[in-house]
Amino acid sequence: MKPAIDVVVSGWGSYIPLYRVTVEEIARIWGKSSRHFKDELLIDEKAVAGLDEDVATISVEASKNALARAGIEPKRLGAVFVGTESKPYAVKPTGSIVAEAIGATPRVLSADMEFACKAGTECLQCCLGLVGSGMIDYGLAIGADTAQGAPGDPLEFSAGCGGTAILVGQKSKEKAPVALLEGSASYVTDTPDFWRRQKRDYPSHAEAFTGEPAYFTHITSSTKILLEELSLKPSDFKYAVFHQPNGKFPIKAAKSLGFSKEQVEPGLLVPWIGNLYAGSSVTGFSAILDIATPGDRVLVASFGSGAGSDTFSFVVQDGVVAKRDKAPTVSDYLKRKQNIDYAMYAKFRRKILV
Amino acid sequence: MRKIAVISYGLTKVEKHWKKSLRELFGEAAKSAMEDARVPGIDALIVGNMCASDLSDQNNIGGLLADYIGISPCPAYRVEAACASGGAAILAGYSAVASGMSDIVMVGGVEKLSDGVANNTTLSLGKAADADYELFFGSSFVSLNALMMNHYMQTYHTPREVFADFAVLMHKNGARNPYAQLPFEISRETVMNSDRIADPITLYDCAPVGDGAAALILCPLEDAPKYSDSYVEISGIAGATDTIDIASRPDILSLNSTVVAADKAYKMAKLTPRDVDIAEIHDTFTITGVLSIEDLGFCEKGKFAKLLDEHAFEPGGAVTINPSGGLKSRGHPVGATGAYQVAEIAMQLLGNAGKMQVPDSEIGLTQNIGGSGSSSFVSILRRAK
Repeated sequence: MKPAIDVVVSGWGSYIPLYRVTVEEIARIWGKSSRHFKDELLIDEKAVAGLDEDVATISVEASKNALARAGIEPKRLGAVFVGTESKPYAVKPTGSIVAEAIGATPRVLSADMEFACKAGTECLQCCLGLVGSGMIDYGLAIGADTAQGAPGDPLEFSAGCGGTAILVGQKSKEKAPVALLEGSASYVTDTPDFWRRQKRDYPSHAEAFTGEPAYFTHITSSTKILLEELSLKPSDFKYAVFHQPNGKFPIKAAKSLGFSKEQVEPGLLVPWIGNLYAGSSVTGFSAILDIATPGDRVLVASFGSGAGSDTFSFVVQDGVVAKRDKAPTVSDYLKRKQNIDYAMYAKFRRKILV
Repeated sequence: MRKIAVISYGLTKVEKHWKKSLRELFGEAAKSAMEDARVPGIDALIVGNMCASDLSDQNNIGGLLADYIGISPCPAYRVEAACASGGAAILAGYSAVASGMSDIVMVGGVEKLSDGVANNTTLSLGKAADADYELFFGSSFVSLNALMMNHYMQTYHTPREVFADFAVLMHKNGARNPYAQLPFEISRETVMNSDRIADPITLYDCAPVGDGAAALILCPLEDAPKYSDSYVEISGIAGATDTIDIASRPDILSLNSTVVAADKAYKMAKLTPRDVDIAEIHDTFTITGVLSIEDLGFCEKGKFAKLLDEHAFEPGGAVTINPSGGLKSRGHPVGATGAYQVAEIAMQLLGNAGKMQVPDSEIGLTQNIGGSGSSSFVSILRRAK
């Protein structure tokens, strides 16, 4: 897929909460071995939202960073979309809270999107379409989560918190474009590998079914379709970001498609912050924009359970250099951390109800 | 009673077949079996399966599969004897043809465990134990076998490494099996350092969870040349039972159902354990394999370690155990396992086993266990003269 008008990334910004809990600490509480999570799934610790943080606050922080880099007035945003599976309200848009908080209201389109971990790139696809058709000048796509994992469930070891906002605009109106969209591809089937029913606090999952028939089938399919449509091959890319439910899956998917570990590792954040769900692949992309040089080609592939994948190809532009220092980088957020024990984590994540 | 031949077989690779349903799996195996036999039709279909009602919400498997593979209106039904359902189906099919009730019978098994998540699968498989006196109190199959393994190690002063070495041998064999779920070699350290499941059993002591189907066509031995150019004779076959709970057994290190079924099958075939060249035995856990080898008469009680060290169970030894890799490496598609075993022995005796082939095999044995040894089915096959 390619929009009628050339679309570029104008700004980007992430936010990762201060707190971390290690997999050893979670394993200690549940009497499990951390070996599987550390050595095989390559997760050391995960980011934990504080008591006063949720997807709305994470999105606002990330959006402010994206706006600072884009250097545009918030009122120029024609759309603000928030992709998440951790909506603070079941009914009441997070997008309107974020749009109001950053000063984009009232002449703005806003909505919340849900497609498990793919919701962030789903927002990006919608913004690319609106901007690329000329309906709006700028759109803000946010992928953020305070991911849920039931106490003791394998998901608890990886479900992290954080998010990223990608601000896109028309190439012809952008003085310092960050990255040019070459094209995108989506691949969706009805594959029930992971879900959360109404009024349930924690998701259910079909264990190994989340792997081959879900993650790998979808993410490799959307990527193959895009490579074919753009007549590109893995070696044409400097970097590749694949959705990161753990460290093992993106490396395996990349390898099966012909990408090297070296192309994947710079955007692989899951060892230090866990799986950011809807924020995962876009935060990986954000980390790449923090370090990329103009001319680099970047592949970004999301996966959302249920199931589907979006894959994008961007070519980094000159504007990335000047805009980089106008907001904290992902690396800055990785360094800014405070480890907490399980008790504090349980309190922050409201696992203890009083 | 008529003598019986296996005139063809069909297998699917054992793995997690995410995109194939129960009927599609069996259909694939049945189609392969039908292609190799010049039979005018099928008189009956008897299928082994354990977990479909729990994990696939499907009962009435006979009717389902007969319809799917296009052999209705012949009689078709499922037999269930837990992990020995496949072996039970073969005995039922043998009886049908031997008695003269039917002439050409398709037997086999199918299992689709990947339809379930771990808790459901564990519970479904656990139902092979005594629901009132084992399952109710929290026992699982692995915990019951862990008790047996601990007791064996103490009774016969057997180091834990011996069990690991048996798993290593199974993977060495299975690495050559194109139908195997885990076709790779492992080291003793792989077994010893893998995750502990129920002390002393670790992950690599256990058969993997997988899906698969196997189908065989049986007919009277005297008619076999009409339908096939290559066939084997089932010269002995028997089933037996033991207490369903292991606590009621006088000796938990003897699988009496295997002892009794093997004795009957040997007598029927007019053979002894020494005559057997190859055997596909039931090693759900390494301890199950060790007890089975001893109770089939291939080894004195408690002497397994010595014979394993002397390479007695490898080609060139007294009897080659599980050239397929056994449940440990080939996999354990529960209700189909007994049918895989018979197909694999037939493959060997006919010289069709490719890289798995054990040279000069004339007599082969299969042993399929249900529960912790509460049911056993033993078959003895020989190259047709």
